[in-house]
Amino acid sequence: MRPFDYHRATDFSDATAGQIIAGGTNLLDLMKIQVVTPSTLVDITRLEGLSDITADGDGLRIGALVTNTALAHDARIRTGWPLLSRAILAGASAQIRNKATTGGNLLQRTRCPYFYDTSQPCNKRSPGAGCAAQGGAGRMLALFGTSEHCLAAHPSDMAVALSALQAEVEIHGPDGATRRVPLHDFYRGPGDRPDIETALDDGDLVTAVILPAPRAGSRQCYRKVRDRASYAFALVSVAGSVRMDGDTITDLVLSYGSVAPHPWMNTDVAGMLTGQTASTDLFKRAADVLTAAPAPHPDTEYKRTLLRRTFIATMRQLTGLSDPRGTDIARSAA
Amino acid sequence: MKDHFTMDSPQPRLLDETKQGVIGTPMDRPDGPLKVSGTAAYTADHTVAGMVHGALVRATIARGKVTGMDRDAALAIDGVIDVITDARLTRNPAQGMAGAAPVQPGDAVHYHGQPIALVVAESSEAARDAAQRLEVQYETTEAKVTPDAPMQTETGDPETAGDFDAAWASADAKVDRTYTTPSHVSAAMEPHAAIAEWDGDRLTLRSALQMVRFNKQELADSLGIDPSQVRILSPYVGGGFGSKLGIGPEAVAAAIAAQKLGRPVRVVMPRQTVFDAVLRRSETEQHLRLGATSDGRITAISHDDRVSNLDDEGFAEPTSQASQFLYAAKGLSFTQTVARIAATPAGSVRAPGEAVGMLAFEAAIDELADTLGVDPLTLRLDNLPQTHPMNDLPYSATRLADCLTDGAERFGWSDRWAPGTRREGDWLIGMGMASAARLNMLIRSSARVRLTGDRAIVETDMTDIGTGTYAILAQITAEMLGLPPAQVEVRLGDSDLPGAAGSGGSFGASSAGSATFLAAKKLRAQIARRLGCAEDALTLQDSRARGDNQDAALADLVTDEILAEATIESGKTAESHFSAGFGAHYAEVAVNEWTGEVRVRRMLGVIAMGRILNEKTARSQALGGMIWGIGSALTEDMQSDPRDGHVVTRDLANYHVPAHADVPGDMQVVFLDERDDWANPIQTKGIGELGISGAGAAVLNAIAHATGHRVYDYPALPDRVLAAMSV
Amino acid sequence: MKTTLTVNDQSHEVEHDPRRTLLDTLRDDLGLPGTKKGCDHGQCGACTVLLNGERVNSCLCLTAMHDGDEITTIEGIGTPERLSALQKAFVEMDGYQCGYCTPGQIISATAMLREVADGAPSYVSDDLGTPDLSDPEMAERMSGNLCRCSAYPLIREAIAMAAKADT
Repeated sequence: MRPFDYHRATDFSDATAGQIIAGGTNLLDLMKIQVVTPSTLVDITRLEGLSDITADGDGLRIGALVTNTALAHDARIRTGWPLLSRAILAGASAQIRNKATTGGNLLQRTRCPYFYDTSQPCNKRSPGAGCAAQGGAGRMLALFGTSEHCLAAHPSDMAVALSALQAEVEIHGPDGATRRVPLHDFYRGPGDRPDIETALDDGDLVTAVILPAPRAGSRQCYRKVRDRASYAFALVSVAGSVRMDGDTITDLVLSYGSVAPHPWMNTDVAGMLTGQTASTDLFKRAADVLTAAPAPHPDTEYKRTLLRRTFIATMRQLTGLSDPRGTDIARSAA
Repeated sequence: MKDHFTMDSPQPRLLDETKQGVIGTPMDRPDGPLKVSGTAAYTADHTVAGMVHGALVRATIARGKVTGMDRDAALAIDGVIDVITDARLTRNPAQGMAGAAPVQPGDAVHYHGQPIALVVAESSEAARDAAQRLEVQYETTEAKVTPDAPMQTETGDPETAGDFDAAWASADAKVDRTYTTPSHVSAAMEPHAAIAEWDGDRLTLRSALQMVRFNKQELADSLGIDPSQVRILSPYVGGGFGSKLGIGPEAVAAAIAAQKLGRPVRVVMPRQTVFDAVLRRSETEQHLRLGATSDGRITAISHDDRVSNLDDEGFAEPTSQASQFLYAAKGLSFTQTVARIAATPAGSVRAPGEAVGMLAFEAAIDELADTLGVDPLTLRLDNLPQTHPMNDLPYSATRLADCLTDGAERFGWSDRWAPGTRREGDWLIGMGMASAARLNMLIRSSARVRLTGDRAIVETDMTDIGTGTYAILAQITAEMLGLPPAQVEVRLGDSDLPGAAGSGGSFGASSAGSATFLAAKKLRAQIARRLGCAEDALTLQDSRARGDNQDAALADLVTDEILAEATIESGKTAESHFSAGFGAHYAEVAVNEWTGEVRVRRMLGVIAMGRILNEKTARSQALGGMIWGIGSALTEDMQSDPRDGHVVTRDLANYHVPAHADVPGDMQVVFLDERDDWANPIQTKGIGELGISGAGAAVLNAIAHATGHRVYDYPALPDRVLAAMSV
Repeated sequence: MKTTLTVNDQSHEVEHDPRRTLLDTLRDDLGLPGTKKGCDHGQCGACTVLLNGERVNSCLCLTAMHDGDEITTIEGIGTPERLSALQKAFVEMDGYQCGYCTPGQIISATAMLREVADGAPSYVSDDLGTPDLSDPEMAERMSGNLCRCSAYPLIREAIAMAAKADT
């Protein structure tokens, strides 16, 4: 780590005077290898009002400092938004989830190994430096939404679930005003500035995530495929919430993880499935649409097949077509 | 008795005659309470008064020369004391048993990740900060970093027996396949560390090392001093697996810095440096050609391989080692090619050779069985050789057939179904098996045993890297001297003590154990004399000596200290007989037909490896090896950049050693009773590497059985399983 | 800068560089090297401690951020002469080999048993409501603690043994 001044924030106004740290599970990781080198570190963990989960209409307001563990274990989440519990529990380890926060999880950085290695040029670390992942070893890179400047994928599991649950991010601006941004609009693609990853402006502080009312009668699932059985980032993941009327899919929301610089959604796919009778053939046709784009790096070509098949398997689970033995399905009690 | 024992002929099975009854028992490790309470002190757990901290600087080019570095900027960082460059710095750890300095490249850079300097500071934070920030200027030369396009290749003469070409040409059934395995890393949980402290011209080095006797020579040679000036301490080592066989760059750098600065220096490798600058296991490309008659007789075996290493490293992964002695054939042929590349050098990682060679070889045997339409177990049983297929030597002891059949019965092999026909939900279920084999060695070792009354002390520079040395040397001594093991203290990992084989090649327990046995045997002779009985009439049990109508408490008989030292080395039996441990691995897996994920559901290893010294620690070694087999079959995949050769998967998030969830609870190990009289005087064989040898192949064969399709590029990651299934 | 920590029920005021991690404070400043550094990046679990009762990777904690916090390390669980039930079970089952990851495994298991007792779900809980101490549950919950010697099945047998003795 480079030397820094440590500052403990006491209110929102002095929280944004430097690099914010909360759980630190990714930031310290990056500071130790000098990928991030703040001169001032602002500890916001003692700020009041950011550590609670409270009612927000029929939904919930999750404070930015709520830990991943507290969120996954919350009885309301487990029954109303089980997809979120399952996704959080799919990520990292119990130790990390005890420390990592809701806000920090959303703002975690890519695990692209070239971003992590300061001996390699990286446009996300230093815009204009180049992208060593192009032509490098790229198993963990993205499939969709990349640019010629950056191929990195967003690694979060939680954000994928929140995206499928149509959550919003609550942001406290430097003017003291609070605004809400749909998660889908919170992230931005790399374009020619892969270092800018979100809609946050200078002085903004993420204060909460808002969950809309639970989707009554929905079946929810978070399916994560990885290179080992636990404690590994996703190769691909699929988060889904589906409502059925008999064999017919009445409505659904799907989001895909570790395939793009942010949780990936595809409205064409959702459109193809809505109002249709669930069948493996239908899911295969939808999967073809989902994975139609060519892979931006030869090493991620496999993700097209893997995502395609994981999507089909997940849809089969969600619509009751598969034998549930040994699968990872969470049923909503709502 | 002569001081130096050479293993020239089988020795009496004395440990079967002694009466204490502790040999082979599942005794708890005496070091256990220290380990579970965090009080066993590993190298970096020590802080020494006045100690400063060193951080290695990493070369960021693949090949060339350091032409300058911005020392002043580094020295300007608060707390930084020095930036040390020195012609004696080493580019990588010594290869196992080198006994001499590793390459000392001066200002040359031979691979991306090579340590090129040591920054020393008052705090570890300042040292690491400055090491990372140090601006280095290079002159770059062209580098070839991949084994497909190397700087040069060296192909050895084929090792042959019989006429492979003729046997291959006339075979009724053939398998001709190419397999690949990626680089692996040991990834011991304890990162490499050293603390160097000088007292005048004498150096004391604490370091995490496996082979102290050799490491002392390597360190002295690196520094240009006499070995007598060096003392190495390595009493607790947080795992080795080959990565700590040789003296490391952190140790040499710490010693140089400590001498220059006149202060103790501690250097601990960050995990990333362990990936960059510690010896990896080479990736392999393996070409298997197996031929058989239509009635299931193997006639032709060829196993050619290509591995890689950095130039001027003598080690080459002995990929086909086990393929040369597992099955009989009329013609056998083995050719190895070494590709020279400018990348992190390769060396021994647990079971060099067998660990990856058997992944391919035992999968090919399985495929040959499929081709012939015979049960893979039957094919193996029908082709076991009577003598070593390459040189006709008799086996010293082998129960491979018993292991195979015993395992089959325990695992329920006869219930096996047709490939690709059993499913549970989305999961396809399969069973696989493979032979296990790992050659066995005896390496020169010395030990001293001291006895005062009814308390003994064992002294040797042997190490315990998790293998159980503290336990087994206590048990051997206790058994030989008739003492409860708690009355035996074992002192290890100090180069001032008699030099042992060290922990490597699975020969540690047999070699250091034999030396301890021989030293204790000398004490038995002394006790017999004191008691007034013939040595062969002596019975030692529960701290009493009996024989020829004499009976005395050791406390009364040995009122002063008596001591004996013994040295053993291999002799004529190593030339007259071939010694190897054998076993059989069985695995059941579930493969998700949609995602290609593989879960191991249960595993069984049936193993015969001579006398078991401690049933508990032996089981742990075997289990650990089998789980390494799971890792090599399913998850472990060290990736390097194809342009500059730098390690891309350089942390434990990107290099996937198996985690708890990858390993089922149902992991069984069964030992079959055996004595290897030709191996050593305690009739033991090595266990540390036998567990991995063949284990991964059983998993891969189970995948083939579950899905009906084979993966040839390992590990069997989800996408590769899917690709195989879509064929 | 100065930070006050309560470690194993003892209060300490430490003077430290703002960059100091809790792990390095414990090991190098407070003389408690039982907590191990395996990766320094939250990727192995060897540095696991209890922070206000919950298991965390001490390598990913800045000491500065934990003023007033309570920490339990392996040294606070038991001594060689007075081992906890879990520590005894690890010795009896040989739930370790080299011993380097062992303090982290034991601390982690200590917390894990309480989490299960408290009804906390895991990724493999079929029902997010009622966890049990089955082997797959323990395997998932302990996956943040790598063991390269691969004592995994024996570690879990040791935990199960200690849990059984406790009830």
